[in-house]
Amino acid sequence: MANVILKKLTKAYGKTEVLHGIDLDVKDGEFVVFVGPSGCGKSTTLRLLAGLEEVTSGEIYIGDNMVNNLEPKERNIAMVFQNYAIYPHMSVRKNIGFGLRTSKLSKADREKRIDEVAEILSMTDLLERRPSQLSGGQRQRVAIGRAMVRDPSVFLFDEPLSNLDAQLRTQMRLEIKKLHQDIGTTIIFVTHDQVEAMTLADRIVIMKDGHIQQVGTPNEVYQTPKNMFVAQFIGAPSMNMLAGQLDGDGIKLNQSVKILARPKSDTKDVSIGIRPNALRIAEEGDEVLFEGTVSIIEPLGAEALIYVNLGYAEVIATVHGYVHPKPGEKVKLTAVKEEIHFFDSHSGDAIY
Amino acid sequence: MSQTEIKASSATLDRAAPYAFKKTMKPSTIIRWTLLFMGGILMIMPIVYLLSTSFKWSHEIYNLQIIPDEPTLDNYSFVLEDGRFYNWFFNSLIVAVSTTVSAVIFDSLVGYTLCKFKFKGKTFVFIAILSTLMIPTEMLIIPWYTMAVEFGWINSYWGIMFPGMMTAFGTFLMKQFFESVPDEFLEAARIDGLNEFQIWWSVAMPMVTPALSALAIFIFLGNWTAFIWPLIVTNDPQLYTLPVGLTTFSVEQSVEWELIMTGAALATIPTLIVFLVFQRYIIRGVVMTGLKG
Repeated sequence: MANVILKKLTKAYGKTEVLHGIDLDVKDGEFVVFVGPSGCGKSTTLRLLAGLEEVTSGEIYIGDNMVNNLEPKERNIAMVFQNYAIYPHMSVRKNIGFGLRTSKLSKADREKRIDEVAEILSMTDLLERRPSQLSGGQRQRVAIGRAMVRDPSVFLFDEPLSNLDAQLRTQMRLEIKKLHQDIGTTIIFVTHDQVEAMTLADRIVIMKDGHIQQVGTPNEVYQTPKNMFVAQFIGAPSMNMLAGQLDGDGIKLNQSVKILARPKSDTKDVSIGIRPNALRIAEEGDEVLFEGTVSIIEPLGAEALIYVNLGYAEVIATVHGYVHPKPGEKVKLTAVKEEIHFFDSHSGDAIY
Repeated sequence: MSQTEIKASSATLDRAAPYAFKKTMKPSTIIRWTLLFMGGILMIMPIVYLLSTSFKWSHEIYNLQIIPDEPTLDNYSFVLEDGRFYNWFFNSLIVAVSTTVSAVIFDSLVGYTLCKFKFKGKTFVFIAILSTLMIPTEMLIIPWYTMAVEFGWINSYWGIMFPGMMTAFGTFLMKQFFESVPDEFLEAARIDGLNEFQIWWSVAMPMVTPALSALAIFIFLGNWTAFIWPLIVTNDPQLYTLPVGLTTFSVEQSVEWELIMTGAALATIPTLIVFLVFQRYIIRGVVMTGLKG
């Protein structure tokens, strides 16, 4: 096990810089998830860590060693790829044991280690099969087994669940989480799926355009997002964002609508953010926040998403799955004021 | 079966029969099969005629009938009892196997390097290799010969083999096939601690076995049937390859076609074996089975 430190890490392809000075400290045994939209630099960061790409500037430390100039094999890391990358011409046993070819273990010890890993991953019965005889989930488990067998200091996962169907993805997610709890090795996991990030991570690193936007626990990034991007990227459906202007004791959203709440800031252009599950249908005596017409309903079973057209904007609210208004009905929405987030409309930064 | 059911099933048959008839009689189907049949006949006729002639007596060979009046195995006895045949066969085998092994290794090594590595001048090297495909073999024979004389390679196995030890076509073919091997396989092996040569040999090569098989067949056939260059570079009958050796059955006054055809029929056996051994690897596409696409 080892900690990982990134110091002012940059990466450029020709004249185009894609990572702009990444600083991060991953603690020993921590499960850190990099999340962000396509092209944000999360996979590039992982590849730099693995040694598959050359660092343009900055430093990478794994444990006490600076590894910038070390070959991938010298970094004591293991990587699981999105497409599994298990060798089709080898049996599961040979695939798992492939990483031990260059180790100094005796053949008997190697076999023992393969059997141990197969047992942890419940793959003992599949050891003699070829990858073509395995399901997607089993193939992914072989890929994880191949990474585990070398007992690395750090595991790197590059979108390993992207190719699995929804059910299998949930199952594998749990297995990876359990695996981390059992073996306690440092894991750096890349995904574009914020649900995966929230459920797996000890800490989440949210990236955009080659910059880290926020680093924090799942609760921190959900409850106190640093800026509008994080607020809207984390949480499904996205946080409702409405642009307005400070006006006396509240924020004016249009000529006739004013929210009676204001941040401790003098910034004039302020956006308010409210998560759909913070909104509810107003009852008698509630302070009405929004009034509008239901345009679309998306039933999700236990709950439903209603899209409410306010005239000047549209908001989404999560309501009860069985008892909810119909399209075309007028609704009044309310929310607890503590659930309203404020952002500087120009910089996008959160105002607390 | 009730009355209604019988009526219903006969109605189905009535409808099905004209449809089936129409399907078999489609003009496009007839044209397609006729063209295929003619193509097949054209392809197979020389081989049938070769085999037929090998069973004929010399006085019968200009008679174009396929089944000889008096079939004989004497030609086979003569050719197989002639010690020279084994010598030519052995020479051809050495030349074809050596060049095949060499070309498969070097073509794939160069193709892999051009495909998977970034280095200065890569495009230039690739274009230079490709451009040699545009030069006909006939134009290369004189430079090859001069080179062989200069290095003392006339009348040697090496002299016969050296032009085919690495091929531009094979390099191009392998480069294109290596494009289909995802980099993730190679990166996974790199992280697992293999060096670049080990990655090529134990990861990349097994994934392109269909291409390697196709290349091996092409190279083997090309060298097994090569005639002009072995004829030019050797004048010692001990070093003749099979195609060159068979020409010795034609003398000044006459050509012993029945013996040439018998030798040629025997010469096809190794090529058939090579094809049968390697063709299953061509059919078995293994590259994608370890990946989720």
